[in-house]
Amino acid sequence: MRAAAPTLSALFAFVRKEFRHLLRDRQTLAILLLLPVAQLVLFGFAVRTDISRVRVGLVAPSPDAAVAALRTRFAHSGRFDLLPPVADAASLEKEFRRAGVDVGVILPSNVAERLQQGEPLQVLVVADASDPNTGTTMQNYATAVLRDWSAAIGARPGAMRLETRVRMRYNPTLESVNLFVPGLVALILTLITSLMTALSLSREKERGTFEVLLVSPLHPWQIIVGKVIPYLGLAMINVLSILGAAWLVFGVPFRGSLLFLLAASLLFALVSLSLGVLIAAVTSSQLAAMLAALGGTMLPSTLLSGLIFPISSMPAPLQVLSHIVPARWFIVVVRGTLLKGAGLSVLWPELLILTAMLAVLLAAAVRKTSVRLA
Amino acid sequence: MTTGHAIVARALTRRFGDFTAVDGISFDVAQGEVFGFLGANGAGKTTAIRMLIGLLAPSDGEAVVAGCNVRSETETLRSRIGYMSQRFSLYDDLTVRENIALYGGIYGLDDAAIRARGDRMLRDLDFLASGDAFVRALPLGWKQKLAFSVALLHEPSVVFLDEPTGGVDPITRRQFWELIYAAAARGTTVFVTTHYLDEAEYCDRMSIMVDGRIAALGTPGDLKAQHGVRTLDDLFVQLARGSAGANA
Amino acid sequence: MSRALRALLRKEFLQIRRDPVILRMLLVMPVLQLLVLANAATFEVKRSLLWVIDQDRTPASQGLIERFRGSGRFVIAGSSPTAGPADAALLRGDADVALTIPAGFASDLTRARRATVQLSFDAVNGSQAGITQGYSAEIIAAYADELAEASPRAIPTVRRQPPTIEIQRRGWYNASLDYRFFMVPGILVQLVTMVGTLMTALNIVREKEAGTLDQLNVTPIRPSVFIAAKLLPLWIIGLFEFCLGMVIARVVFGVPFEGTPVLLLVGAAIYLLGALGVGLWISTITETQQQALFVTFALLMVYILMSGLFTPVRGMPDWVRVIAQVNPLLHFIGMTRAVMLRGAQLLDVLPQLGALSVIGTVILTAAVRRYRKVAA
Repeated sequence: MRAAAPTLSALFAFVRKEFRHLLRDRQTLAILLLLPVAQLVLFGFAVRTDISRVRVGLVAPSPDAAVAALRTRFAHSGRFDLLPPVADAASLEKEFRRAGVDVGVILPSNVAERLQQGEPLQVLVVADASDPNTGTTMQNYATAVLRDWSAAIGARPGAMRLETRVRMRYNPTLESVNLFVPGLVALILTLITSLMTALSLSREKERGTFEVLLVSPLHPWQIIVGKVIPYLGLAMINVLSILGAAWLVFGVPFRGSLLFLLAASLLFALVSLSLGVLIAAVTSSQLAAMLAALGGTMLPSTLLSGLIFPISSMPAPLQVLSHIVPARWFIVVVRGTLLKGAGLSVLWPELLILTAMLAVLLAAAVRKTSVRLA
Repeated sequence: MTTGHAIVARALTRRFGDFTAVDGISFDVAQGEVFGFLGANGAGKTTAIRMLIGLLAPSDGEAVVAGCNVRSETETLRSRIGYMSQRFSLYDDLTVRENIALYGGIYGLDDAAIRARGDRMLRDLDFLASGDAFVRALPLGWKQKLAFSVALLHEPSVVFLDEPTGGVDPITRRQFWELIYAAAARGTTVFVTTHYLDEAEYCDRMSIMVDGRIAALGTPGDLKAQHGVRTLDDLFVQLARGSAGANA
Repeated sequence: MSRALRALLRKEFLQIRRDPVILRMLLVMPVLQLLVLANAATFEVKRSLLWVIDQDRTPASQGLIERFRGSGRFVIAGSSPTAGPADAALLRGDADVALTIPAGFASDLTRARRATVQLSFDAVNGSQAGITQGYSAEIIAAYADELAEASPRAIPTVRRQPPTIEIQRRGWYNASLDYRFFMVPGILVQLVTMVGTLMTALNIVREKEAGTLDQLNVTPIRPSVFIAAKLLPLWIIGLFEFCLGMVIARVVFGVPFEGTPVLLLVGAAIYLLGALGVGLWISTITETQQQALFVTFALLMVYILMSGLFTPVRGMPDWVRVIAQVNPLLHFIGMTRAVMLRGAQLLDVLPQLGALSVIGTVILTAAVRRYRKVAA
């Protein structure tokens, strides 16, 4: 039975203490503020799937005018770095092993003569498919050049020409950064709200200061709220800074409503917070809380949320698993808002799911915390 | 520097920025003495002890411990002294015997010596049966006695104890001090810091640090007479309040 | 080996063996990571959702749609006579690409032997859109050939035959285009890194927290002996993890092993020195286990993202790629892939081994020097 009603000023004093804790741990604070920036820079510059210069090596046993013409085509295509002529397939293989070439084009002997005679010509395009997508894309580029060459020398005059007009919507420049930034927002929010909260709460538990708080006039839920507010504030600041930096530095578009996005971020932050509180309540030591938070929030948010790897490509069991990762739904909302200009009318299913998750997690968190105290 | 003394400190000083933690302390400790090093929290005791055991370099002044200069001969120093830190030095997740084996090995004892001395120690402590118990399972008092004995395993000439009896009952504390006397009787110099003023009575000589300086140095009896107090408690309060008064 | 070192090593191994958390981390985590991560980490585009706007409704247009459906790479998500519903589907994410076949498609083909279609891609994931576009282009080109063959144009008799060029494609070193072959070697490296760096940092910081570090500092142990005792067990464990991971890669995932395992082990041994050095360095700048974990995690993330593990190194702009050269992960992952997938020999990976040796030495020296300064 509470003796007296907890006053607002008591809660305020508590929140102030929490802010002090946060601000005094310089190291953690520095990381929490710099990490998003570092990640943004990384994702903007380093983590890209775009392919610029492709090194192509031509294998032509009998170099002649036709081969020279082909070489010129590759050299002028703008996408390729043409390597000096490779003697034979074995040398090509050695180059591949040394990682000195990306695509090989193997021509048969006496190309010009065969073309003259109308003999069928077999050209082999070989790519390093260790990275399948990159390999396929490079093959596509090389094949396109070959097709142009074959059309130019008059092969297949009876061909049909089916031309395609291509529109890349929402992201015409195919920038990877546009794909990653939404995920980044989710990741930072998860890091700060889940991980840090779990750590902070479990640290108090381990130190024994939590019990002291419980004996104070503050309600358990007020203690939790007080603990959580500084991190929530920090998280929202981070969200704004990431979005701002992404827009300024990388030109990531912002086609939807900022208010809507912030509201959605708040909802997601609350979901993550509840998860953090729950983790702290069910673990018995700081180290355990840390590992649980990393394994239960950060890892799924990175791997199974669609941040980097598309969910539709994963094996079925993992796709099912991804449904319970809150970040998955939030990323859809952020991508929709930023890049597609979508709003509540389109994204309401995701928001509904997040709200349901919040209700479940919050109830569990509160109950577990209270139980621990009794 | 005079030889024959276990510890000699002359104008030992340590500054951290513009805060002087230890301000020119000087004292001697004879071989085989039990010396009590007292002072309020924050008076500079821990800093002083860290300088004497070679963990912290003095900003000024000199100290010679077990014949070694604390500044220049730290390596030899370390093989001649023992140390029991405030926060326990034994590994919780190892057994008693494994801890003995570890520290014995670290101090260069061969396996035979480790076994012999370890057995002797355990017998003296009446621990022989618990040789394979994990340290974390032992009650606090046993842990402390064990830590002390392990600090003596390599038979150092000086042993430093930093608040060794925190948190145990008076009987265990008495037993602990019997161990200290036994060590002193064997010729080991014991340098002990403590909060318990009754323990200070057990020492041959003692000093009280206030605000980084030594405010009192001598035998317990002499000090009480000098300052006209009946108990060391009163002496302590007088000196500490004196400092508070001076700072007010 | 000095007695002190032996005593310390014995203690380290005892502690590691007895700590349930560590054991779980060392054994469970790698296996879990390999199994989950390797399966999740794929950029392969398995099937795309296609929305069809057929404004022609002729056998020719139907034929094209059938080609898409029959390719196995596209699933018809819906169709409509106008663009409106297609736009909505793209917006909602119900479709990845919309194909518009304008009215007059068939008649254009008959008349002029050329026609145009339009493809609209949801390019939020640019790379996927690019791949899907590649698939589409192939399907369309094949359809064009099919149509040409079905209705050959009357060619005026010429003396010589027109040349024909047939393009064949082959992917080397990963003929089945299994993404896991690409990912698993890299994941393996990341695992070993995590074990080495994190455990080293945590191990030392834990002694700091417990107060036993002070005790050890007062003993005659030289800092180098202490460091050796801390690093050696984890070095051995790291190598063991690497071997375990290679076995899993081979047995569970069927990743090819074209090169010599010994070469990889040598690389791993050198690489681990650098990874452990980073852990040592982290232990000198943190006070609590929580901080150590945090800093390690943050640092590792930067390393991993710039290593070419998930995304190709070639995708980085030149200046970034230069900076990335100091990342030992980059070299070791490159080496692992080269040896496992391409059967590279010693000479082929000499540059990477050299880079790893240099980086490892620098890191370790800096860390040891810093430890000496801070601890004693």
